[in-house]
Amino acid sequence: MALATFSIWRGEAGQGKYCKYTTEFSEGMVVLDVIHKIQAEQANDMAVRWNCKAGKCGSCSAEINGMPKLMCMTRMNQLDLSKPVTIEPMKAFPSIKDLVTDVSWNFRVKKQIKKFKPRPPDAPDGSWRMSQEDVDRVQEFRKCIECFLCQDVCHVLREHQLHDEFVGPRYFVYIAALEMHPLDTEDRISELAKAKGIGYCNITKCCTKVCPESITITDNAIIPLKERVVDEFYDPLKRLFRMFRR
Amino acid sequence: MAEYQKFEHDVLIIGAGGAGLRAAIEASAEGVKVGLVCKSLLGKAHTVMAEGGIAAALATVNSADNWKVHFADTMRGGQYINVWRMAEIHAKEAPTCVRELEAWGAVFDRTKQGDILQRNFGGHRYPRLAHVGDRTGLEMIRTLQDHGIHQGIDVHMECTVISLLKEGDRVVGAFGYDRQRGRFLLFQARAIVLATGGIGRAYKITSNSWEYTGDGQTLAYNAGADLMDMEFVQFHPTGMIWPLSVAGLLVTEGVRGEGGVLRNKEGRRFMFDDIPEIYRHQTADNEEEGWRYCTGDRNARRPPELLTRDHVARCIVREVKEGRGSPHGGVFLDISWIKERIPNAPEHIRRKLPSMYHQFKQLADLDITTTPMEVGPTTHYMMGGVRVDAETQMSTVPGLFAAGECAAGLHGANRLGGNSLSDLLVFGKRAGKFAAAFAKEHGFGAINTDQVESLARWALEPFDRGPASPADGQGPYQIQHELQVKMQELVGIVRTEKEMLLALEEIGNLKKRVRSVAVHGNREYNAGWHTALDLTNLLTVSEAITRAGLERRESRGGHFRDDYPNKDKNFGEFNIVVRRGPGGEMQIVPERIPPMPAELKQIIEEQQQ
Repeated sequence: MALATFSIWRGEAGQGKYCKYTTEFSEGMVVLDVIHKIQAEQANDMAVRWNCKAGKCGSCSAEINGMPKLMCMTRMNQLDLSKPVTIEPMKAFPSIKDLVTDVSWNFRVKKQIKKFKPRPPDAPDGSWRMSQEDVDRVQEFRKCIECFLCQDVCHVLREHQLHDEFVGPRYFVYIAALEMHPLDTEDRISELAKAKGIGYCNITKCCTKVCPESITITDNAIIPLKERVVDEFYDPLKRLFRMFRR
Repeated sequence: MAEYQKFEHDVLIIGAGGAGLRAAIEASAEGVKVGLVCKSLLGKAHTVMAEGGIAAALATVNSADNWKVHFADTMRGGQYINVWRMAEIHAKEAPTCVRELEAWGAVFDRTKQGDILQRNFGGHRYPRLAHVGDRTGLEMIRTLQDHGIHQGIDVHMECTVISLLKEGDRVVGAFGYDRQRGRFLLFQARAIVLATGGIGRAYKITSNSWEYTGDGQTLAYNAGADLMDMEFVQFHPTGMIWPLSVAGLLVTEGVRGEGGVLRNKEGRRFMFDDIPEIYRHQTADNEEEGWRYCTGDRNARRPPELLTRDHVARCIVREVKEGRGSPHGGVFLDISWIKERIPNAPEHIRRKLPSMYHQFKQLADLDITTTPMEVGPTTHYMMGGVRVDAETQMSTVPGLFAAGECAAGLHGANRLGGNSLSDLLVFGKRAGKFAAAFAKEHGFGAINTDQVESLARWALEPFDRGPASPADGQGPYQIQHELQVKMQELVGIVRTEKEMLLALEEIGNLKKRVRSVAVHGNREYNAGWHTALDLTNLLTVSEAITRAGLERRESRGGHFRDDYPNKDKNFGEFNIVVRRGPGGEMQIVPERIPPMPAELKQIIEEQQQ
């Protein structure tokens, strides 16, 4: 057993302070284990969101020493324990209490994205045929566990608070998954530039760095979507074509 | 007067995992107003943890598969005390339900012909699990979520129901609180579907998260509904055991499906040592044949690692007990050995089992492509639950339905891997459909405001007693932990009458202590308070498991009695029903299983050959 000190942000609706807790921990423990230990022994009413404790549900997102991470996948031996470990809630979302933030904005954003619309089935029994190769491409995006760490780190949301004009990396990944789905027939490109604000992203790749599922958000999702927007709206030939069509 | 927010829904669905979401989508499609209560955020329920796949006789990999084989496999796995009609409906309707998911955007792994790929799993005769690598549950819940949010369903996130409300015989509403603000909520409904999942938190070593405290089972029991098969808890044979902090975390059966083998510390594949009679003709008797099965040879029989979960778990316990276990008290699960058989084995393993690779790398510093894992049994699934009508999923209380893990019947004494995801789809859909039909035929009932007042008072009592003094043992976490330790020790994988009687005594003591449980702080997102309120449910299901376990004086499926180590034909004719007696006492009633129709019997006989 070794000792660790955590400096945890505690408070409600943005008003609060850092409280220090010192506790023992054992080999193999992750940050969430230590938080639970503190909760059970020293701070019963501490608010923390968690579920699977296996990096699969994306509930326990927080900022550990300033880095957006899943608490259940951050091992104690990865941290410098010579000074207190700072644990804070995600900063891009309104605080509710302690480590819990109000992430409901994300759910509202998703609802506004046009849903999956498949082409007619390929076989009389109502089924489709797809090749594994085509499937692989969207499966990368469908790995997303909706932890919202990419949203948290994105400066457009975090610093500039442009939640009304920009959907954030999570939803570009979501749109990319739909757009590249082998069966989908819907068009979401026309919305991307205006309603979804894809232009605000200046591809600093912060989101890719924090993704616990290692989704190549910027290169595989956002850049291809930006390219589609350019092809659709800024291609001179297509513009000309649209002018005549009007 | 207690203050509460009031909501009206034609159909209220409690629980938003696979079963709850599927029920909500179906009820909504029937044109009624639907409310969906999630204990966590939407899309975080335990369905995301399901790894291996969805069992359905699509016959895309082996054309010999069909509903009859799936039905017979499910019955055999459940040791023939399943509700046979549920097993029949499930086997028949699962393929359509999987295709439906695809129409809503799910992207399953493919065969070379571009159809849905299916993999092998324990107890399934043919490759039958539609899957997405080893994250099938995530694919399923996300598909249902992303489809469901466009169906006009009202979602109540981070809300917990503490009691159902009745008018006469019928349920008419539910009372609960929202976690974020701690405010009370009153839901009025014409019909209610329970889809709250399992009871894993009653045990110390479990693959379940904090949410699985037997809520649905307890809500139903308290409302006068029958529970059934509560003695059957599934201990998944392969949970992580090291490091300690991740003990219980699931290691998918898919590892064994892809060729992973179990060895003791002497390096022996001990699963070959004990193959039950009913599976002998289907099980390989040498390593060569077992490997051929994992690579898709249709003429090969499956390796003994893929026997049913109850059996594999007990074999592991035996190895450890007899001193042949691994350093941390489990056995070795090795997938890295396949490098002897195939080129690029590490890459193959990472592609087929990405989450497992990731999980071990990150949490245990172990590379599964080069090193065997250490594994041991973990509390995983509750076969028992609310007793429901096979066709409609209605409980014995009018207007109250149940689906998924919190309902009983489909799995009998032991669930086959992959059958839970298909269960959620098939019976979630049915529960939604028939709850909507019930809602159309019945009006809103009257809410008993006295009951609501007393529930509100009860819920707030822990604050009045707070803060907890640890010396008095009043802390909610203390009580929860003690219960978990006792259930693990006394009502675990191997049970005896003596230990179960002791467990009842302990449960009795803990019940008394729960009456003095104390919490401090305010009502906003107060985890201690939530834990305190969940304790009653944990104790109710623990008592039901123990009492039903005492009654079943035989060993069958997930229920193994050291004092009655054999199956007893007589007990094979009964399900054990748990209900609340008139004086509030827990009654245990064995109920005879209705005779199976001749055509189903014939299917089982044919499949035994």
